Amino acid sequence: MDDTISLLRVEALTKTYGERVVTHVLKGIDLEIRSGELCALTGPSGSGKTTLLNLMGLLDRPTSGRILLRGQDTTPLDDASRTRLRARSLGFVFQFHHLLTAFTAAENVLLPLLSLHGNKEPWMRERALTLLAEVGLSDRADYRVTDLSGGQQQRVAVARSLVMDPPLVLADEPTGNLDTQAGEQVLRLMRSFNERRGTAFLIVTHDESVADLCHRVVHMVDGRVDSDTRNGVEGWEQDGGTSVQTHEPLS
Amino acid sequence: MPFELFVALRYLREGRLQTWLILAGIGVGVGVIIFLSALINGLQQSLIDRTLGSQAQVVVRPPEEMPRILPRADSALVSSVVQRPPQRVRSIVEWQRVMSLLRRTPGVVAVAPTVAGPAMAVRGPGSTAVTIRGVDIDSYESIVDLRGRLVAGTFDLAGFKAVVGTELARELGVGVGGRIRIQAAGDRGGVYTVPGIFDLGSKDLNQRWIFVSLRGAQTMFDLDGGVSTLEVKGDQVFQAEELAGRIRDRTGLDAESWMARNGDLLVGLRSQSQSSVMIQVFVILAVALGIASVLAVSVVQKSREIGILKATGTRTGSVTRIFLLQGAVLGAVGSLVGIAIGTTLALFFANLARNPDGSPTFPVDLNLWLFGRSVAVALTVGLLAAILPARRAARMDPATVIRNG
Ligand SMILES: Nc1ncnc2c1ncn2[C@@H]1O[C@H](COP(=O)(O)OP(=O)(O)O)[C@@H](O)[C@H]1O
Ligand SMILES: [Mg+2]
Repeated sequence: MDDTISLLRVEALTKTYGERVVTHVLKGIDLEIRSGELCALTGPSGSGKTTLLNLMGLLDRPTSGRILLRGQDTTPLDDASRTRLRARSLGFVFQFHHLLTAFTAAENVLLPLLSLHGNKEPWMRERALTLLAEVGLSDRADYRVTDLSGGQQQRVAVARSLVMDPPLVLADEPTGNLDTQAGEQVLRLMRSFNERRGTAFLIVTHDESVADLCHRVVHMVDGRVDSDTRNGVEGWEQDGGTSVQTHEPLS
Repeated sequence: MPFELFVALRYLREGRLQTWLILAGIGVGVGVIIFLSALINGLQQSLIDRTLGSQAQVVVRPPEEMPRILPRADSALVSSVVQRPPQRVRSIVEWQRVMSLLRRTPGVVAVAPTVAGPAMAVRGPGSTAVTIRGVDIDSYESIVDLRGRLVAGTFDLAGFKAVVGTELARELGVGVGGRIRIQAAGDRGGVYTVPGIFDLGSKDLNQRWIFVSLRGAQTMFDLDGGVSTLEVKGDQVFQAEELAGRIRDRTGLDAESWMARNGDLLVGLRSQSQSSVMIQVFVILAVALGIASVLAVSVVQKSREIGILKATGTRTGSVTRIFLLQGAVLGAVGSLVGIAIGTTLALFFANLARNPDGSPTFPVDLNLWLFGRSVAVALTVGLLAAILPARRAARMDPATVIRNG
């Protein structure tokens, strides 16, 4: 029996840029992320991964198609509702410029809480410190983030993405800017959060070893889902859910 | 601390040099405004004090007597020259009734009956034309602070006493306790003792005016208990013209305000105020542009971070407020700097030069109202200047700025 629920689902999603010179970046994507998944999104540069992630993260609007967040169609919503929905349901980890440089590590982690609740309260810092401990940065909580290494910064970003306890975290090449060792550390962190808390992750990467750590690998080519495969991880057989769509490679 | 203020303050702190420079800029601007206002207000106040230190806000007199020509029945045109009758001191009809009417007029604080008329002051071989001012010292004191203007002796007018000004005393060579003869028309007058000497701050008045008792002046000018003028103090110095108008309407008498009497002074004060306002407007404009440009640069510098804030759930309204608050904080803190600069400058200036009597040549008027107004203006200007940058920040599209850095 499948006791997972649909967190995020896109249907016939397209995105085009430009008015005179039209670029079709996404050409009809169907994809579903279910609770607890650890999913890699791979594909060559320019295939539309970031575009797809921004759409799924409600940061951008699709040209056509639907984006359903926990079953709710988000396409007709206004910006304010989408922001509210994003704050509660989604965490983000970006490739570059992940953090706010004027703030300490702990402040970066608690800012999403602060912006939601409006006023600073002691429990927010407690929660931030707990998360920083979980990413191994207890001793760096009050450092300005500019004084941290790239790997440490990215771990702070992972802690921040989890502070609202979202069911799904979207990560765009979180290891792309890190050396192999630091990248691996960040990835293992995500995986351990996935295992302990059941947080689902969608991780954009073109690093094969990253993909190997995930349960599921969605491969994009030229604005389309080219393949959607599951690694043989236990407990991951699914009975014909719409999320499993295996495409023939385009020749 | 609210989220928006927390972020706003942190951004300002992070902007170090930029923040210090714009604070200094606002400080200098507000300082100039405060200094200028303090100086001009102080100068104007002292000019007005000086003017009203020796004259009433409104002076009420009997209406001008002009002979009129009765129209002739055949309506033929008549060419004629109308001449004023010979001057004599005239009294206000039923002045006690008029005075109580005036006291009931809204805006009137005090009324004093006085008699004014021309005479000669003589001592030994010296003689000079003077204006006799017959006053009841107790009621007149609520109009002009005569006792405060005394430089020697007392202001005692009972009997044949005449208080003279410093210039006249010098001219006639008379001191406290000395005697002078006063001669009015019709050979009236007598010998008066000088109990005190005043200084009204005007050489002319110090030379011309002699204060005697109301009764003494009434006898001197043959007024038989009448008074020639009623002097009025209103509750607001700059409403004197309106008050004079009301008095004219109510009494049918001739009422003249200090503003009408000192037209030139008023025109001078007005144009001084206007140029001061102009300067202030331009300074405020410069301050506003400074704040706006600093924030506009900051929005561009922070566009990536604004995108991240939005992506992690910060509402558009919050982003707007973060930048509006930065403008307001810059304005408020800058105006405090400006108060310090302006006050220092003003006090320095006030101590720079002094009159012979020890009062500053450039009196400055620093008051809480001026400070409060400066803070309010700077805060408002900061907020307004931040509107465009804040809107720009709010419009920033997170997907674009995150992608493009
Ligand atoms: N704002 C935009 N305007 C025009 N083209 C864009 C814009 N954003 C992305 N693209 C184009 O869309 C394509 C896919 O980009 P992207 O989603 O960043 O790919 P990936 O993340 O897989 O490398 C690229 O060819 C890129 O040039
Ligand atoms: Mg990309």
